[in-house]
Amino acid sequence: MDFGLDKKHEMARTLFREFAETEVKPRAQEVDETEEFPADTVAKMAKSGFMGIPVPKEYGGQGCDPLTYVMCVEELSKVCATTGVIVSAHTSLCIDPILTYGTEEQKQKYVRPLAAGEKLGAFALTEPGAGTDAQGAQTKAVLDGDEWVLNGSKCFITNGKVADVYIVIAITSVTEDKRGRKKKNFSAFIVEKGAPGFSFGTKEKKMGIRGSSTYELIFEDCRIPKDALLGPEGKGFPVAMHTLDGGRIGIAAQALGIAEGALDRAIAYTKERKQFGRSIAQQQNTQFKLADMATRVEAAQMLVYKAAMAKETQKVYSVEAAKAKLFAAETAMAVTTEVVQLFGGYGYIREYDVERMMRDAKITEIYEGTSEVQRMVISGALLK
Amino acid sequence: MKIVVCIKQVPDTKGGVKFNPDGTLDRAAMLAIMNPDDKAGLEAALRIKDEIGAEVTVLTMGLPKADDVLREALAMGADHAVLVTDRVLGGADTWATSTTIAGALRNLDYDLIITGRQAIDGDTAQVGPQIAEHLGVPVISYAEDIKVEGDSVIVKRQYEDRYHVLKAKMPCLITALSELNTPRYMTPGGIFDAYEKEVTVWGRADLKDVDDADLGLKGSPTKIAKASDKVRKGAGEKVTLDPTESVAYLMGKLKEKHVI
Repeated sequence: MDFGLDKKHEMARTLFREFAETEVKPRAQEVDETEEFPADTVAKMAKSGFMGIPVPKEYGGQGCDPLTYVMCVEELSKVCATTGVIVSAHTSLCIDPILTYGTEEQKQKYVRPLAAGEKLGAFALTEPGAGTDAQGAQTKAVLDGDEWVLNGSKCFITNGKVADVYIVIAITSVTEDKRGRKKKNFSAFIVEKGAPGFSFGTKEKKMGIRGSSTYELIFEDCRIPKDALLGPEGKGFPVAMHTLDGGRIGIAAQALGIAEGALDRAIAYTKERKQFGRSIAQQQNTQFKLADMATRVEAAQMLVYKAAMAKETQKVYSVEAAKAKLFAAETAMAVTTEVVQLFGGYGYIREYDVERMMRDAKITEIYEGTSEVQRMVISGALLK
Repeated sequence: MKIVVCIKQVPDTKGGVKFNPDGTLDRAAMLAIMNPDDKAGLEAALRIKDEIGAEVTVLTMGLPKADDVLREALAMGADHAVLVTDRVLGGADTWATSTTIAGALRNLDYDLIITGRQAIDGDTAQVGPQIAEHLGVPVISYAEDIKVEGDSVIVKRQYEDRYHVLKAKMPCLITALSELNTPRYMTPGGIFDAYEKEVTVWGRADLKDVDDADLGLKGSPTKIAKASDKVRKGAGEKVTLDPTESVAYLMGKLKEKHVI
């Protein structure tokens, strides 16, 4: 068992860190303040190959492994969680399902421009009445000749208005079992921006990750070609769940990055901040808090990297992903809260980044499956 | 077209300089990076490759761990990498270094050789021009713009108060300034490929037409008597005065120091 990274992963980390420090960090505060999507940063990331890291070269990607991708999201999120989630939603929730379930034609058509960062991807499952209970979704798709007709709406969609390609989950049939209980059968679709009848609703005003474009998607007799179906008809629910397993590793990496970023700030600040004639880092209360946070952050990193490696080597990695996301998200929330406390009054001021980090951390306990959902997945595997 | 870019792994001096007790640089205690002028030279070569097509080879002399900087160059887009490493080459000054690099270059095909102007650890700016002397090719130093036109290069050479535009027939050598461009980032896929590629490793025996007397510490006429870090300047004195008082204050100080 080897806990060290090999040279190529170390070099990849150096690249991501340098990019994050130079290109992303200087804009993080402004992106949060203005709630503007950092399109210029995304363009630079595209140029450097960050939008298709775990995608095979034959589809225009970088041909790297999930671990490299996870390290990218981690390093970006250390300085700007908004930038981290843009890459994560694009890669894990849009490119990954097309690579896994798409036909060769769909892969060539969609994955190439997505992996090159010429197009941006999004994923739409959640609806106003269907969050954790995804089965409660109402959006429907009906086949009409050579086209599917979509009706319904999706909410809280990351990369909402800025994306070009959307994976949309919709009901395609309702069947009854022997006892007469109705069951919705879902299918997954690839919907392109500009499809007739596809529009955007409200832009959400959020607590954190404020530069991320979060929108409602509206489908009113939206017509898409018959071959926009992703995977077999009626198998959309397993497609969505498997996609979320991968997505959770990306969000776990985002949470890990937020925690690491906050801890780095705390180490620097507590060495400088003087109270009672000495730095607060010289006081045992601070030292013990830093020690606890560092231990927790490293444990989170091990779970996240383990999940990334499981994605590469195993067909099913739901439990690894759930544990990584659960622990990393709760670590991010706990660490950022503690770091704001160590900063005292300055921690509450927007000028110091830790305030933003605390707001950004909260969403990692909620989206792509709440912490409660992760506990359901983990315990479900224990008790089956 | 074939371009060879000479690069050097140097200690990152941004975080300060650390010395061994004997006055030499404690390289192990400092982060190693690609010398900034060399990186600009590599970027210039890669831009020529992007625009008109070229085969780019990076060459370095150093310890085996200089492999890292060659992999970085490959990850940025260089095609081949050569590491010249041998115990007998250790302790080289600029003369012994340029002799070694020239000995390696004699084994390679090139139309253009690009080096950085100078390395941030030695700051001599001698190695590039010396290599050109050894090989008998023209040198244009301090390039802030490079264009290829047929079998010639047109280079904008920076001076303190002006610049020269020079045209030279290839093969020739250019020394690059870090102001030449903003080097590209590596790509993740480029990094993975870089570790699949083979770095050619040469020792003393592979150097062509060089004399042992010109190599390593023995072949180095420069002897370093002493090296030390820069002494930091004090914070200075800050005063807040109105204009009349300021003049009186400054005049007083100038008289005190016998300037006037």
